[in-house]
Amino acid sequence: MDTKLRSILPDHELIRLYEQMVLCREFEEACAEQYTKGNITGFLHLYSGQEAVAAGATHALHGDDYVISAYREHPQAIVRGADPRRVMAELFGKATGICKGKGGSMHLFDPNLHFMGGYAIVGGQFPIATGLAFAARYRREERIVACFFGDGAVNQGTFHEGLNWARLWELPVLYVCENNFYGIGTEVHRSSALADIHKRTCGYDIPSERVDGMDVMAVYQAVKHAAEWVREHSRPYLIEAITYRFRGHSMSDPGKYRASAEVELWKERDPIPNFAKRLLGEGIAGQPLLDKVRETAAAQVAEAVKFAEESPWPDDDEVFNDVYV
Amino acid sequence: MAQLNMVQAINLALREEMARDDRVVLLGEDVAADGGVFRISEGLLERFGPERVLDTPLAESGIVGAAIGMAAYGLRPVVEIQFLGFLYAAFDQIFSHAARLRTRSRGRFGCPLVIRTPYGGGIKAPELHEESSEALFCHVPGIKVVVPSGPAAARGLLLAAIRDPDPVLFLEPTRLYRMIREEVPEGADALPLGKARIAREGGKVTVVAWGSMLERVLTATAPYDAEVIDLLTLSPWDEATVLASVRKTGRLVIVHEAVESCGFGAELAATVAAEAMLSLRGPVFRVTAPDVPVPLARLIDHYLPSVERIQRSLDEVLQY
Ligand SMILES: Cc1ncc(C[n+]2csc(CCOP(=O)(O)OP(=O)(O)O)c2C)c(N)n1
Ligand SMILES: [Mg+2]
Repeated sequence: MDTKLRSILPDHELIRLYEQMVLCREFEEACAEQYTKGNITGFLHLYSGQEAVAAGATHALHGDDYVISAYREHPQAIVRGADPRRVMAELFGKATGICKGKGGSMHLFDPNLHFMGGYAIVGGQFPIATGLAFAARYRREERIVACFFGDGAVNQGTFHEGLNWARLWELPVLYVCENNFYGIGTEVHRSSALADIHKRTCGYDIPSERVDGMDVMAVYQAVKHAAEWVREHSRPYLIEAITYRFRGHSMSDPGKYRASAEVELWKERDPIPNFAKRLLGEGIAGQPLLDKVRETAAAQVAEAVKFAEESPWPDDDEVFNDVYV
Repeated sequence: MAQLNMVQAINLALREEMARDDRVVLLGEDVAADGGVFRISEGLLERFGPERVLDTPLAESGIVGAAIGMAAYGLRPVVEIQFLGFLYAAFDQIFSHAARLRTRSRGRFGCPLVIRTPYGGGIKAPELHEESSEALFCHVPGIKVVVPSGPAAARGLLLAAIRDPDPVLFLEPTRLYRMIREEVPEGADALPLGKARIAREGGKVTVVAWGSMLERVLTATAPYDAEVIDLLTLSPWDEATVLASVRKTGRLVIVHEAVESCGFGAELAATVAAEAMLSLRGPVFRVTAPDVPVPLARLIDHYLPSVERIQRSLDEVLQY
C-alpha cells in the first residue's frame, strides 16, 4: 500500500471512514450482547469484520443513489445515515424502530435515505435492483443503484436474471458482492463452480473486478471508480470484495465448519486496527483522537441501547396497519 | 423406547428409511457437513456418505427441480428447505412440475419426492421465518401436505411420506422442534397419510387443529367437553373422521395459525356445511391469524390464536 491516504481523501473524510467503521463494530457487538440478554430475538446476522465494505462503498456513492441489500445490513443502513437509535429500536421490536418495530433485523428500510431495504430472501434484491435502475433511467436521473449481496446469493437464478437484464437494457446497477467465503456453513468452493465470483459476469459482458474488502481505502477507490463509470455509461458493473465475517452466520450458529485458526488469521486483517495504523503512520490522526472516536461510538451505541430499552412496544393493533393503504 | 424430541424423531425416521431403502437421498442447503440449520440431519453424512447426503448451492428452485428429476428417475429424494418462506422461490417447480408429472405423463411416471421444511410461528423471528402458508399448497391437486404435531407423529408420517409414490410437502412446526419429548418407537410401522387422530374424545364440540396449534388447543379445551382432532394430513384430509365427530357433537371450531381468508379452515367449513349441515347446532367458528403478514416479536402474541381466543369461540359456540 504505497499510495498515501491523503492523496485519496482529505483528512476529515478519512477520519469519517474510521468513525463509521468503529461505530458499526460497536453497534454489532452491542447487538450480540442484547441478543444474549433476550432483548433481540429471532435471527441476528452480524457484520463484524466486513465494515470496510459498507463504509468504503457507501462513502463513494451519492446521497441519492439507491442502496439495496440483504439481511446482514444494520451497518449498511447506519453508514447510509440511519439513526443508530432507531435501528436498535427496530431490532428490539419497539415502536420507535425505523420500521415501527415490525420488521426487525433483516428488514430495515428507509426511503428517505434511499435505503431500499434489507431482504431476508437470499437473492430477493437482484430483480428489484433492476427495476429501481430502470425507474432512475426512465426519470432521466443521475442515480445509480448499489446492490449488495453475499457469495451464497450468486447461485440463485435471480442473480443471473438481474445481471443479464441490467446489461441488456443498459441499466445503472453497481453490484457489490461481499465474498466472505461462506453461505451459512457452506464454503464458496462447495457452492460455486467458479468461486472467483467477479469472473462470472463474463457471461453477461459486464466489467468486474476483485478488491480487498478488508481495506476500506481499496473498497472506496474501487467503488468510486466503478460508480462513476456506471453513472457515465448507464451500464452495470460488479465488484467482488473479499472479506470475512468474524462471528457466526447468525447468533445461533456454532460455526463448526471453520477452524478457529482460520478466524484468527483473518482477525489479523481486521479492517479497523489496520486502518488506524495507517492513519497514525501517516500522521493523519494521533492516538488520542482514535481513542476519542471509539469512546464517542461506544457512547452513541450505549445511547441507542438505552433508547431502545426505554421505547414503547407497538400497539397490538399496529399489526393491522400498512398492509394496504 | 426412547424419549425423543421432534428434531431427533425426524432424524430417526431419515436414518431408518435411508438404511432400508438406498433410493433415498437427502439434499438441501447445509444438510450434509453442517447437519442442517436445525441439526435435523446431524450424523447422516457420516452414516450414509456424500453420495446420499448432499449439500447444494443456495438455489431453492434448483433444489426442488433437481429433486423432481431424481424422483422421476426412480430415486426417493428428501429435500430440506431451511424455512417455508424460502420455498416460495420454488413454487414454479412445485406447482407446474412436481404436482403434475404424474398426470402429464398420463400415469406412466410420478414424482415420489418429499420437501421437508420448518413451518409456522411463535419462534420470535420475523416474516418469512414464521410462515404458515399451507393452504397455498393444499390448493394444488397432485401434492400431499402433511403437518405432524409431535415427535412420534413426525417419525411415523415422514416414513409414510418418503414411501408415498407422490410428492409430499412435510411441514414441521418449528415451535415444537425441541418443545415436546415423547416415546418414539424405532422400527414401528409408518403412520398412514390422510388419516386424522382423535387427540381427545369429547361430546359437545369438535375442535380441529394441526401442527403447533394442537398443543394450544389441548390446553384451551381442557375444561370443556370437547373432541379434539389432530388433522395430521391436510391434503388429502380425513373427512370421515371430522364429519363423524361433528355429527356427534353438532359444533365445530377450527383453529389454525395461518391467516383466515382462504385458509385451510375455509375448506373444512365448506365441507362440513355440505356434508353435515343438519347435524350442526350453530355456526362453524374459525380461530386464526388476522389477514396480515406475520409481525415481529411481541406482536406475535396478538397475532397467533391464543388460549383465550380459542376459549372465547368455544364459549360462543356452546351457547347454541
Ligand atoms: C431464499 C433463501 N434461502 C435460504 C435462506 C437461508 N439463508 C440465510 S443466509 C444464507 C446464506 C447466504 O450466504 P451469503 O449470500 O454468502 O451471505 P452471508 O450470510 O455470508 O452474508 C442462507 C442459506 C434464505 N434466507 N433465503
Ligand atoms: Mg457469504
